[in-house]
Amino acid sequence: MSKDKIINIVLIAGYFIFLLFSYITDFRIGIEIGGNFIDFVKSMLTILPIAFILIGLFEVWIDRKTVEKYFGHASGYRGYFWAIVLSSTTVGGAYVAFPVAHALFKKGAKLSIILTYIGSSALTRIPMTIFEASFLGLKFSIIRLLVSIPLVIFSSIFIGRLFKNKIRVNP
Amino acid sequence: MTYLYIFAIFIIILSFVKSREKTYKGFKVAWKKLKKILPSFTKMLIAVSVILYLIPESVISKYLGGSNLFTGTLLGSIFGSITILPGFVAFPLSSVLIDKGVSYTAVASFTTTLMLVGIITFPVEKEYFGWKLSLTRNLVSYLICIIISIIIGIFYGELII
Repeated sequence: MSKDKIINIVLIAGYFIFLLFSYITDFRIGIEIGGNFIDFVKSMLTILPIAFILIGLFEVWIDRKTVEKYFGHASGYRGYFWAIVLSSTTVGGAYVAFPVAHALFKKGAKLSIILTYIGSSALTRIPMTIFEASFLGLKFSIIRLLVSIPLVIFSSIFIGRLFKNKIRVNP
Repeated sequence: MTYLYIFAIFIIILSFVKSREKTYKGFKVAWKKLKKILPSFTKMLIAVSVILYLIPESVISKYLGGSNLFTGTLLGSIFGSITILPGFVAFPLSSVLIDKGVSYTAVASFTTTLMLVGIITFPVEKEYFGWKLSLTRNLVSYLICIIISIIIGIFYGELII
Protein backbone atom coordinates (compact mmCIF):
# COMPACT_ATOMS: atom_id res chain seq x y z
CA MET A 1 0.00 0.00 0.00
CA SER A 2 1.28 3.44 -0.88
CA LYS A 3 1.91 6.13 1.69
CA ASP A 4 -0.92 8.30 0.34
CA LYS A 5 -3.39 5.48 0.66
CA ILE A 6 -2.45 4.88 4.30
CA ILE A 7 -2.80 8.59 5.09
CA ASN A 8 -6.22 8.60 3.39
CA ILE A 9 -7.46 5.63 5.37
CA VAL A 10 -6.19 7.06 8.65
CA LEU A 11 -7.80 10.45 7.94
CA ILE A 12 -11.16 9.02 6.90
CA ALA A 13 -11.24 6.49 9.72
CA GLY A 14 -10.16 9.16 12.22
CA TYR A 15 -12.98 11.41 11.10
CA PHE A 16 -15.64 8.75 11.56
CA ILE A 17 -14.25 7.68 14.93
CA PHE A 18 -14.40 11.33 15.97
CA LEU A 19 -18.05 11.53 14.86
CA LEU A 20 -18.97 8.31 16.64
CA PHE A 21 -17.21 9.49 19.78
CA SER A 22 -19.05 12.83 19.55
CA TYR A 23 -22.45 11.15 19.29
CA ILE A 24 -21.70 8.92 22.27
CA THR A 25 -20.42 11.71 24.51
CA ASP A 26 -22.88 14.27 23.17
CA PHE A 27 -20.05 16.50 21.96
CA ARG A 28 -21.84 19.36 20.20
CA ILE A 29 -19.14 20.32 17.64
CA GLY A 30 -18.80 16.76 16.40
CA ILE A 31 -22.55 16.29 16.16
CA GLU A 32 -22.90 19.45 14.09
CA ILE A 33 -20.09 18.43 11.74
CA GLY A 34 -21.67 14.99 11.43
CA GLY A 35 -25.01 16.61 10.63
CA ASN A 36 -23.35 18.59 7.84
CA PHE A 37 -21.79 15.44 6.47
CA ILE A 38 -25.05 13.48 6.51
CA ASP A 39 -26.86 16.34 4.75
CA PHE A 40 -24.26 16.39 1.96
CA VAL A 41 -24.26 12.62 1.55
CA LYS A 42 -28.06 12.61 1.26
CA SER A 43 -28.12 15.21 -1.50
CA MET A 44 -25.18 13.55 -3.29
CA LEU A 45 -26.83 10.14 -3.24
CA THR A 46 -29.89 11.45 -5.04
CA ILE A 47 -27.85 12.85 -7.92
CA LEU A 48 -24.52 11.05 -8.17
CA PRO A 49 -25.67 7.59 -9.41
CA ILE A 50 -27.96 9.05 -12.09
CA ALA A 51 -25.28 11.44 -13.34
CA PHE A 52 -22.76 8.61 -13.62
CA ILE A 53 -25.21 6.33 -15.44
CA LEU A 54 -25.79 9.07 -18.01
CA ILE A 55 -22.04 9.54 -18.43
CA GLY A 56 -21.51 5.78 -18.75
CA LEU A 57 -24.17 5.46 -21.44
CA PHE A 58 -22.73 8.45 -23.25
CA GLU A 59 -19.29 6.86 -23.40
CA VAL A 60 -20.65 3.55 -24.62
CA TRP A 61 -22.74 5.05 -27.42
CA ILE A 62 -20.40 7.69 -28.79
CA ASP A 63 -18.05 6.50 -31.48
CA ARG A 64 -14.98 8.67 -31.15
CA LYS A 65 -13.22 7.21 -34.17
CA THR A 66 -15.83 8.71 -36.52
CA VAL A 67 -15.44 12.09 -34.88
CA GLU A 68 -11.66 11.99 -35.18
CA LYS A 69 -11.92 11.08 -38.85
CA TYR A 70 -14.11 14.10 -39.55
CA PHE A 71 -11.79 16.39 -37.61
CA GLY A 72 -8.85 15.26 -39.71
CA HIS A 73 -10.55 16.22 -42.96
CA ALA A 74 -12.35 19.35 -41.89
CA SER A 75 -11.07 22.76 -42.89
CA GLY A 76 -12.24 26.36 -42.68
CA TYR A 77 -15.13 27.13 -40.39
CA ARG A 78 -16.02 23.45 -40.26
CA GLY A 79 -12.70 22.92 -38.50
CA TYR A 80 -13.99 24.90 -35.51
CA PHE A 81 -17.17 22.87 -35.47
CA TRP A 82 -15.32 19.56 -35.42
CA ALA A 83 -12.79 20.85 -32.90
CA ILE A 84 -15.69 21.45 -30.53
CA VAL A 85 -17.37 18.13 -31.31
CA LEU A 86 -14.08 16.28 -30.83
CA SER A 87 -13.31 17.98 -27.52
CA SER A 88 -16.89 17.57 -26.27
CA THR A 89 -16.51 13.84 -26.52
CA THR A 90 -13.07 13.82 -24.88
CA VAL A 91 -12.97 12.02 -21.57
CA GLY A 92 -10.00 13.56 -19.79
CA GLY A 93 -9.39 17.20 -18.96
CA ALA A 94 -6.58 19.56 -19.87
CA TYR A 95 -3.97 16.88 -19.24
CA VAL A 96 -5.33 14.94 -22.18
CA ALA A 97 -6.07 18.03 -24.25
CA PHE A 98 -2.54 19.51 -24.30
CA PRO A 99 -0.73 16.48 -25.76
CA VAL A 100 -3.53 15.86 -28.28
CA ALA A 101 -3.57 19.53 -29.28
CA HIS A 102 0.19 19.52 -29.64
CA ALA A 103 0.09 16.41 -31.82
CA LEU A 104 -2.60 17.95 -34.04
CA PHE A 105 -0.58 21.15 -34.30
CA LYS A 106 2.51 19.28 -35.42
CA LYS A 107 0.40 17.58 -38.06
CA GLY A 108 -0.37 21.01 -39.47
CA ALA A 109 -3.72 21.99 -37.98
CA LYS A 110 -4.36 25.73 -37.69
CA LEU A 111 -3.41 27.37 -34.38
CA SER A 112 -6.87 28.92 -33.94
CA ILE A 113 -8.50 25.52 -34.35
CA ILE A 114 -6.07 23.98 -31.87
CA LEU A 115 -6.87 26.73 -29.35
CA THR A 116 -10.57 26.13 -29.89
CA TYR A 117 -9.94 22.49 -29.15
CA ILE A 118 -8.11 23.29 -25.89
CA GLY A 119 -10.68 25.84 -24.77
CA SER A 120 -13.68 23.72 -25.51
CA SER A 121 -12.17 20.58 -24.03
CA ALA A 122 -12.17 22.59 -20.82
CA LEU A 123 -15.64 24.05 -21.20
CA THR A 124 -17.84 21.87 -23.40
CA ARG A 125 -16.95 18.32 -22.43
CA ILE A 126 -20.27 16.49 -22.42
CA PRO A 127 -19.63 14.12 -19.48
CA MET A 128 -18.60 17.11 -17.39
CA THR A 129 -21.59 19.12 -18.55
CA ILE A 130 -23.94 16.26 -17.60
CA PHE A 131 -22.43 16.43 -14.16
CA GLU A 132 -22.70 20.20 -14.00
CA ALA A 133 -26.36 20.17 -15.09
CA SER A 134 -27.17 17.45 -12.57
CA PHE A 135 -25.83 19.49 -9.68
CA LEU A 136 -26.28 23.12 -10.70
CA GLY A 137 -29.32 22.81 -12.95
CA LEU A 138 -29.88 22.62 -16.68
CA LYS A 139 -30.42 26.38 -16.90
CA PHE A 140 -26.93 27.02 -15.57
CA SER A 141 -25.30 24.64 -18.04
CA ILE A 142 -27.22 25.90 -21.07
CA ILE A 143 -26.38 29.55 -20.38
CA ARG A 144 -22.78 28.68 -19.69
CA LEU A 145 -22.42 26.61 -22.88
CA LEU A 146 -24.13 29.15 -25.12
CA VAL A 147 -21.87 31.89 -23.79
CA SER A 148 -18.63 29.92 -23.76
CA ILE A 149 -18.69 28.41 -27.24
CA PRO A 150 -18.68 31.70 -29.20
CA LEU A 151 -16.21 33.25 -26.75
CA VAL A 152 -13.82 30.32 -27.13
CA ILE A 153 -14.00 30.48 -30.94
CA PHE A 154 -13.58 34.28 -31.15
CA SER A 155 -10.72 34.35 -28.66
CA SER A 156 -8.99 31.48 -30.47
CA ILE A 157 -9.20 33.31 -33.79
CA PHE A 158 -7.88 36.44 -32.06
CA ILE A 159 -4.92 34.67 -30.42
CA GLY A 160 -4.34 32.71 -33.62
CA ARG A 161 -3.90 35.98 -35.56
CA LEU A 162 -1.74 37.47 -32.82
CA PHE A 163 0.67 34.56 -32.94
CA LYS A 164 0.58 33.95 -36.66
CA ASN A 165 4.08 33.05 -37.90
CA LYS A 166 5.44 33.82 -34.45
CA ILE A 167 5.16 30.45 -32.90
CA ARG A 168 7.64 27.66 -32.87
CA VAL A 169 6.30 24.34 -31.74
CA ASN A 170 8.46 22.58 -29.24
CA PRO A 171 9.27 19.21 -30.73
CA MET B 1 -33.97 17.27 -10.07
CA THR B 2 -37.26 15.71 -11.20
CA TYR B 3 -36.31 16.60 -14.76
CA LEU B 4 -32.96 14.91 -14.30
CA TYR B 5 -34.72 11.69 -13.28
CA ILE B 6 -37.25 11.89 -16.11
CA PHE B 7 -34.49 12.54 -18.61
CA ALA B 8 -32.30 9.73 -17.26
CA ILE B 9 -35.15 7.20 -17.26
CA PHE B 10 -35.99 8.17 -20.84
CA ILE B 11 -32.34 7.75 -21.91
CA ILE B 12 -31.98 4.42 -20.11
CA ILE B 13 -35.14 3.03 -21.76
CA LEU B 14 -34.02 4.28 -25.16
CA SER B 15 -30.58 2.76 -24.73
CA PHE B 16 -32.08 -0.50 -23.48
CA VAL B 17 -34.41 -0.79 -26.47
CA LYS B 18 -31.53 -0.14 -28.88
CA SER B 19 -29.06 -2.51 -27.28
CA ARG B 20 -29.37 -4.38 -24.04
CA GLU B 21 -25.67 -5.26 -24.09
CA LYS B 22 -24.46 -1.69 -24.55
CA THR B 23 -26.72 -0.50 -21.76
CA TYR B 24 -25.22 -2.99 -19.32
CA LYS B 25 -21.78 -1.95 -20.49
CA GLY B 26 -22.71 1.68 -19.82
CA PHE B 27 -23.80 0.78 -16.28
CA LYS B 28 -20.48 -0.94 -15.78
CA VAL B 29 -18.59 2.14 -16.96
CA ALA B 30 -20.70 4.25 -14.60
CA TRP B 31 -19.95 1.98 -11.65
CA LYS B 32 -16.22 1.96 -12.44
CA LYS B 33 -16.09 5.75 -12.58
CA LEU B 34 -18.09 6.10 -9.39
CA LYS B 35 -15.75 3.73 -7.58
CA LYS B 36 -12.74 5.63 -8.83
CA ILE B 37 -13.79 9.00 -7.46
CA LEU B 38 -15.36 7.77 -4.23
CA PRO B 39 -12.22 8.27 -2.06
CA SER B 40 -11.56 11.86 -3.18
CA PHE B 41 -15.28 12.49 -2.98
CA THR B 42 -15.47 11.31 0.62
CA LYS B 43 -12.46 13.44 1.49
CA MET B 44 -14.10 16.49 -0.09
CA LEU B 45 -17.30 15.97 1.90
CA ILE B 46 -15.32 15.51 5.11
CA ALA B 47 -13.29 18.66 4.49
CA VAL B 48 -16.37 20.69 3.58
CA SER B 49 -18.33 19.46 6.60
CA VAL B 50 -15.52 20.66 8.88
CA ILE B 51 -14.79 23.92 7.05
CA LEU B 52 -18.46 24.90 6.89
CA TYR B 53 -18.69 24.32 10.63
CA LEU B 54 -15.70 26.62 11.22
CA ILE B 55 -16.95 29.35 8.87
CA PRO B 56 -20.44 30.49 9.82
CA GLU B 57 -23.03 30.83 7.05
CA SER B 58 -23.34 34.55 7.67
CA VAL B 59 -19.67 35.05 6.75
CA ILE B 60 -20.01 32.93 3.61
CA SER B 61 -23.03 34.78 2.35
CA LYS B 62 -21.42 38.09 3.25
CA TYR B 63 -18.33 37.51 1.11
CA LEU B 64 -19.51 35.03 -1.49
CA GLY B 65 -23.23 35.72 -1.50
CA GLY B 66 -25.46 37.79 -3.72
CA SER B 67 -24.94 41.02 -1.83
CA ASN B 68 -21.26 41.14 -2.59
CA LEU B 69 -20.87 39.90 -6.15
CA PHE B 70 -17.53 41.55 -6.82
CA THR B 71 -15.62 39.94 -3.94
CA GLY B 72 -17.40 36.64 -4.49
CA THR B 73 -16.53 36.49 -8.16
CA LEU B 74 -12.97 37.62 -7.56
CA LEU B 75 -12.41 35.05 -4.80
CA GLY B 76 -14.13 32.35 -6.83
CA SER B 77 -11.97 33.02 -9.86
CA ILE B 78 -8.77 33.06 -7.79
CA PHE B 79 -9.61 29.73 -6.15
CA GLY B 80 -10.58 28.32 -9.53
CA SER B 81 -7.37 29.47 -11.20
CA ILE B 82 -4.94 28.16 -8.62
CA THR B 83 -6.53 24.87 -7.66
CA ILE B 84 -6.85 21.62 -9.56
CA LEU B 85 -10.07 19.84 -8.74
CA PRO B 86 -11.80 17.29 -10.93
CA GLY B 87 -15.25 18.35 -12.13
CA PHE B 88 -16.64 15.30 -10.39
CA VAL B 89 -15.72 16.96 -7.10
CA ALA B 90 -16.11 20.62 -8.06
CA PHE B 91 -19.77 20.57 -9.10
CA PRO B 92 -21.10 18.74 -6.03
CA LEU B 93 -19.03 21.15 -3.93
CA SER B 94 -20.56 24.07 -5.81
CA SER B 95 -24.08 22.81 -5.17
CA VAL B 96 -23.29 22.65 -1.44
CA LEU B 97 -21.96 26.21 -1.59
CA ILE B 98 -25.09 27.43 -3.37
CA ASP B 99 -27.23 25.83 -0.67
CA LYS B 100 -25.18 27.80 1.86
CA GLY B 101 -25.94 31.09 0.13
CA VAL B 102 -23.03 31.53 -2.29
CA SER B 103 -24.11 33.34 -5.47
CA TYR B 104 -24.39 31.59 -8.84
CA THR B 105 -22.10 34.29 -10.21
CA ALA B 106 -19.31 33.38 -7.78
CA VAL B 107 -19.83 29.66 -8.41
CA ALA B 108 -19.67 30.23 -12.17
CA SER B 109 -16.39 32.12 -11.84
CA PHE B 110 -15.03 29.28 -9.70
CA THR B 111 -16.06 26.38 -11.96
CA THR B 112 -15.13 28.04 -15.24
CA THR B 113 -11.67 29.22 -14.16
CA LEU B 114 -11.12 25.80 -12.65
CA MET B 115 -11.57 24.26 -16.09
CA LEU B 116 -10.08 26.92 -18.34
CA VAL B 117 -7.35 28.72 -16.40
CA GLY B 118 -4.47 26.68 -15.04
CA ILE B 119 -1.73 28.26 -12.97
CA ILE B 120 -0.54 24.92 -11.64
CA THR B 121 -0.72 23.28 -15.07
CA PHE B 122 1.09 26.24 -16.64
CA PRO B 123 4.51 24.53 -16.66
CA VAL B 124 3.00 21.62 -18.58
CA GLU B 125 1.26 23.87 -21.06
CA LYS B 126 4.44 25.91 -21.52
CA GLU B 127 6.35 22.80 -22.48
CA TYR B 128 3.98 22.25 -25.37
CA PHE B 129 3.22 25.75 -26.62
CA GLY B 130 5.86 28.08 -25.20
CA TRP B 131 5.31 30.58 -22.41
CA LYS B 132 4.09 33.51 -24.52
CA LEU B 133 1.21 31.64 -26.10
CA SER B 134 0.36 29.88 -22.84
CA LEU B 135 0.34 33.15 -20.90
CA THR B 136 -1.87 34.83 -23.51
CA ARG B 137 -4.25 31.87 -23.57
CA ASN B 138 -4.58 31.87 -19.79
CA LEU B 139 -5.12 35.63 -19.56
CA VAL B 140 -7.73 35.63 -22.32
CA SER B 141 -9.35 32.58 -20.72
CA TYR B 142 -9.60 34.39 -17.40
CA LEU B 143 -11.43 37.21 -19.15
CA ILE B 144 -13.79 34.71 -20.79
CA CYS B 145 -14.58 33.21 -17.39
CA ILE B 146 -15.41 36.62 -15.95
CA ILE B 147 -17.72 37.36 -18.90
CA ILE B 148 -19.47 33.99 -18.42
CA SER B 149 -19.91 34.74 -14.69
CA ILE B 150 -21.37 38.17 -15.43
CA ILE B 151 -23.90 36.71 -17.86
CA ILE B 152 -24.80 33.93 -15.41
CA GLY B 153 -25.28 36.67 -12.80
CA ILE B 154 -27.63 38.56 -15.10
CA PHE B 155 -29.71 35.46 -15.91
CA TYR B 156 -30.01 34.50 -12.25
CA GLY B 157 -31.09 37.99 -11.31
CA GLU B 158 -28.06 38.51 -9.06
CA LEU B 159 -26.52 41.16 -11.22
CA ILE B 160 -28.77 44.00 -12.21
CA ILE B 161 -27.65 46.44 -14.84
